[in-house]
Amino acid sequence: MEPLLTKYVREPNSFTLDFYLQHQGYEGLRKALALKPDEVIEMVKVSGLRGRGGAGFPTGMKWQFVDKKSPNPRYIACNADESEPGTFKDHLLMERNPYLLIEGCAIACYAVGARVAYIYIRGEFLHVQHILEQAIADAYARGFLGKNVLGSGFDCDVFVHRGAGAYEAGEETALIESLEGKRAQPRNKPPFPAVVGLYNCPTAVNNVETLCNVPLILFNGAAWFASLGPEKNGGPKLYCVSGHVKRPGVYEASMQVTLRELIETRAGGARDGRRIKAVIPGGSSVPILLPDQLDTQASFDGVQKAGSLLGSAGLVVLDDTTCMVWLAGNLLHFYRHESCGKCTPCREGTDWLYKILRRIECGEGQMRDLDLLSSISANIGGKTLCAFGDAAVTPVLTGLKHFRHEYEAHIKEGRCPLPADWRARATVGAH
Amino acid sequence: MYSTDYIDQGTPRVDSSKTVTLEIDGVPVTVPEGTSIMRAAASIDRRIPKLCATDTLKAFGSCRLCLVEIEGRKGYPASCTTYVADGIKVRTESPRLTQLRRGVMELYLSDHPLDCVTCPANGHCELQDMAEDLDLTQSRYGLSGANHQHAPTDTSNPYFTFDPAMCIVCSRCVRACDEVQGTFALTIQGRGFQSKVSASQNEPFLASECVSCGACVEACPTVALTEKSVIELGRPDHAVTTTCGYCGVGCSFKAEVKDGQVVRMAPNRDGHANHGHACVKGRFAFGYATHPDRVTTPMIRGSINEPWRQVSWDEAINYAATEFRRIQAKYGRDSIGGIPSSRCTNEETFLVQKLVRAAFGNNNVDTCARVCHSPTGYGLKNTIGESAGTQAFDSVMKADTIIVMGANPTEGHPVFASQLKRRLRQGAKLIVIDPREIALVRTPHIEADCHLQVRPGTNVALFNAIAHVIVTEGLTKENYVADRCEIDSYRKWRTFVAEPRNSPEETAASTGVAPGLVRRAARLYATAGNGAIYYGLGVTEHSQGSTMVMCIANLAMATGNLGREGVGVNPLRGQNNVQGSCDMGSFPHEFSGYRHVGDPAVRTMFERDWGVALQSEPGLRLPNMFEAALDGSFKGLYVQGEDPAQSDPDTQHVTAALAAMECVVVQDLFLNETAKYAHVFLPGSSFLEKDGTFTNAERRVSRVRKVMEPRAGFQDWEVTCLLSNALGYPMHYRHPSEIMNEIARLTPVFAGFTYEKLDRLGSIQWPCNDKAPEGTPTMHVGEFVRGKGKFFVTEFVPTSERATRRYPLLLTTGRVLTQYNVGAQTRRTANVAWASADRLEIHPHDAEVRGIKDGDLVGLTSRSGDIVLPAVVTDRVRPGVVYTTFHFPDSGANVVTTENSDWATNCPEYKVTAVEIVKVNQPSAWQKRHREFTDRQLEFLKGGDVTHA
Repeated sequence: MEPLLTKYVREPNSFTLDFYLQHQGYEGLRKALALKPDEVIEMVKVSGLRGRGGAGFPTGMKWQFVDKKSPNPRYIACNADESEPGTFKDHLLMERNPYLLIEGCAIACYAVGARVAYIYIRGEFLHVQHILEQAIADAYARGFLGKNVLGSGFDCDVFVHRGAGAYEAGEETALIESLEGKRAQPRNKPPFPAVVGLYNCPTAVNNVETLCNVPLILFNGAAWFASLGPEKNGGPKLYCVSGHVKRPGVYEASMQVTLRELIETRAGGARDGRRIKAVIPGGSSVPILLPDQLDTQASFDGVQKAGSLLGSAGLVVLDDTTCMVWLAGNLLHFYRHESCGKCTPCREGTDWLYKILRRIECGEGQMRDLDLLSSISANIGGKTLCAFGDAAVTPVLTGLKHFRHEYEAHIKEGRCPLPADWRARATVGAH
Repeated sequence: MYSTDYIDQGTPRVDSSKTVTLEIDGVPVTVPEGTSIMRAAASIDRRIPKLCATDTLKAFGSCRLCLVEIEGRKGYPASCTTYVADGIKVRTESPRLTQLRRGVMELYLSDHPLDCVTCPANGHCELQDMAEDLDLTQSRYGLSGANHQHAPTDTSNPYFTFDPAMCIVCSRCVRACDEVQGTFALTIQGRGFQSKVSASQNEPFLASECVSCGACVEACPTVALTEKSVIELGRPDHAVTTTCGYCGVGCSFKAEVKDGQVVRMAPNRDGHANHGHACVKGRFAFGYATHPDRVTTPMIRGSINEPWRQVSWDEAINYAATEFRRIQAKYGRDSIGGIPSSRCTNEETFLVQKLVRAAFGNNNVDTCARVCHSPTGYGLKNTIGESAGTQAFDSVMKADTIIVMGANPTEGHPVFASQLKRRLRQGAKLIVIDPREIALVRTPHIEADCHLQVRPGTNVALFNAIAHVIVTEGLTKENYVADRCEIDSYRKWRTFVAEPRNSPEETAASTGVAPGLVRRAARLYATAGNGAIYYGLGVTEHSQGSTMVMCIANLAMATGNLGREGVGVNPLRGQNNVQGSCDMGSFPHEFSGYRHVGDPAVRTMFERDWGVALQSEPGLRLPNMFEAALDGSFKGLYVQGEDPAQSDPDTQHVTAALAAMECVVVQDLFLNETAKYAHVFLPGSSFLEKDGTFTNAERRVSRVRKVMEPRAGFQDWEVTCLLSNALGYPMHYRHPSEIMNEIARLTPVFAGFTYEKLDRLGSIQWPCNDKAPEGTPTMHVGEFVRGKGKFFVTEFVPTSERATRRYPLLLTTGRVLTQYNVGAQTRRTANVAWASADRLEIHPHDAEVRGIKDGDLVGLTSRSGDIVLPAVVTDRVRPGVVYTTFHFPDSGANVVTTENSDWATNCPEYKVTAVEIVKVNQPSAWQKRHREFTDRQLEFLKGGDVTHA
């Protein structure tokens, strides 16, 4: 499949409005404004577009749930808090193709009856914020945003709000809290944001890549979009391949592609002389897949059938130099640091998981520590307010499932069994 | 921790007419729709384990102990955040749930000290209770690695400590600060395991934005936030429900007692005025009751230049009675009078006015309400027919536009302010009318829609302008007016306010408020669904105070904002029982229930009941008593729990009057300013030492119950009885309930009151009689008390007190949160940590032209006198206006205030005094004299002979 979202990202001026307008820029919005809002939602539904943030929820349905009966204003909140380890696709889109996102925001607003979209951007993306703000200013100047967009009578404002650097702010309700100026902690669901969202008003929270697909659907049609991929997995998809491969990067493909094609063909495969030991297919928060599962189709449904999740499509490739106890410890260092601290199991539990993993890795663990790992994980997974807890225990649970022998070897030998010079990692200091 | 005898339901009560029936552990339960499973379970006594949930706060869902199983649903939903649904089957106990809960509890215990036995919260700690229920005493994790157990304790707040080692990060304190108090001083700092409770920007509590309301302490499930008194004295053994003795909000408290000593004051969650909230005064500042300054032995002396002589109660009472009779024999029946206290109970106040009318044989009784809300009485009585606020506090939760005028609720009425702020955070509009930028103008998550920064003394002109806009723009509710008001009076008023000279544009020059802002405020109030007005002494304490109250009533009637919930005219009464003291007949012209002494039918009823002839002419008002004293015709005064020498205006005039009297009897806790001019001192009893009732600003009568024995042996009402008996007029009551029965017998709006009913209902808002046996939360429903509402033409007559070349600034006065009125109580508590002196606020512009810097000593001079105060340079005040408080006798704020007063009621014009300010380097002459006088009086206190123990 020819790249659609990232076709021009290497062009020097791809982020300018003139360039965008020369390449069907804002044609999708023009078409949308010619339709009724419900017709736009219907089109997105038919296209089969699924949320690219991680959950893969059908976007059209999400928009349809936005409460139209509420007397309050409605909002679009674009989740640009791309923080999942191994994920860097939204960054590329916003940096090199910002108008696509702005056009997507405008269409989304039109569809759900909102007049304002907020792009909540990750704290570290300061330079991207500047690009987006320039792009928004240009769009206002040319009548693509603001009052009476393209003479249609539809008003639309887009604002960029930069977060303060918290992973949890990427959770949709925590994102809303943060947008409201509060601590990024998740809310209870239900009520869902579609009913009670930003400032307690109906809100749709959509990922950057999701919204970037919307102009394509409007311009080329729902059937065209659906036909690009397997059933229910339509459209182009960006994959972030990282870790132990020769050419890490963002690759755009139809979801018909397999993990093997992405890793071996597109990203150049494992480093010379090494073999792949494991792949985490959807950012750090999903179950590990093994080398014999590489022929899995890299679609939402394909990866789920293989026992994992496509998530944010961040493929983290691990070769045989990787100590799986270290890997779990490394990820738990992240989760422990990023837990928002609201739910007790997650706040206290991730700290204990990390401490225990570290002591096992250092050869100071005991066999009963493995039970502790399981029991803490069981207390976190599915028992917390948001999905963070599930994400945090996944590295531990799938590591224990597939690589228990490595854990046991650490405990029995009192050290990491891998050769010392393979340990490519720097020891992670405690924060 | 909440009070020891309270059973927490976990999540707030839901009011819904729809009910839902579900099954919990096989038992069918029917609860209002929207109730949490946790609360539904609590209703059948199934206590689901919980730590982050408490019924004063919205469900948070963070502790994950309250997980339950619901048939057909996957996972383990938290019962606090999951609502009931028809037909669902919930299991609150199962082996799997126990396992999960134990798992969570182990995590808690892995970072919590396990020395429960020596912990001050032992036996009253929710973490301990839950751990015991789950049969856990330790965790499998040990204590390896980093934890929070060596974090230092924050002891900066005088009243409570914060020990992070004991904290379980449930966020209850943070949420209480946000949701209940509305100060947003606390937060969780850091993430994950590093999360910790932090005041402001990680500051000590005392240095932070914390206002020490205690909501966090109340909400804390462990010992992390605990009263120092609990740590020092240990667990209380019982609790007594009583009513706060500070401001007019009238919060209900559980006084928790150990060995006859108050350990802490826990706000009562069933309290109708406060719903479990409190402020720094009521919650913590009760130490004055046991302060060594308390005078607990009666004393007498021949003149104020002699030392005090400690005597027996008998001797003191007989001395006072003999003196009063001597004075009356020599100077006439009307040469003595009495002042009941707005801090004493209704029963005590009733007895004092009865003493004056029946035993003194005159009507020379007046109350401190003379100097605060007498214009409210006059203005509301004449327009709508009743001298009291029209609503219950809870009514504010239904208001859409709220005017706060001349009141500073976050300082003066903090618990009501919290409720008001809650409503404002829900989206109600706010109009602030005040010369100062009070906190409500801009405070976390609240910003006033309009702040009309009116020049002191021009309220009436401003309100006429607001009325002008409403009338000329056709925003009045004509049907309402036609239906409920005297139409002639309305037409006259309409014509008057519509005159062009009353327009915002014409009045702007005098009020200093931009016409556009006035128009916006007027439209906002008139077009809101429910417009409510809350006001304070900034309305009444003017030479046009009564006119201004009528302005308010006029406007409320014209816009149809009276007679239902969410609207109304609400004076925020200052003292705990100032409403009650007025109700009880403390004014020289009125019997209880605001009935004129000249009304023969009423007087006859009292004469029959009391068995004496009563005077039909009104007696002397407070300022008239002082005038008469200076004239030499008024020679004796019985003052119960008041301090006019500090609180009344023009101090030098007042003290000269007191010094001219021959027998001043002061009954008080302390040797207050007035007592320094007294000849007989009768020890008073604090609210903790007596039985009775207080009436708050919403006409709510609540029981005061004796928590400890009176320090000097008698409750205040008993002393009045002794004095009356000694004067030859017998008063024999065995209990205040008998006094209440007499009040009910003689006062139609109190006819339905009994102590039994008060105990049953908790509190009752008067009128309470056959028509409203359980009281009246909202007044004037359907019809005004006076029948048809009456409009009054409110011509603006400017005060004679105006800025001149000699006195170019206008002084206005107010108070601060941590100090209360004359400060007799709060100055004797640790509240001085927040406010230890009166200060003068001055605008940077005015300061600069006078070379005054922040903290400089400045001399403040008016035509009445001069004092010296430290300056605070701030733009909270507008240029041309300075502001101070009157909590500290040494500063003498009332030395500068003048004898100007309200045309109708003589309420002093405290809020407008023309002054000039200069930089100085020493106290004023008055302050020096006052210091010397005070020192000598304190010497006299020590020098007394002890003739009786």
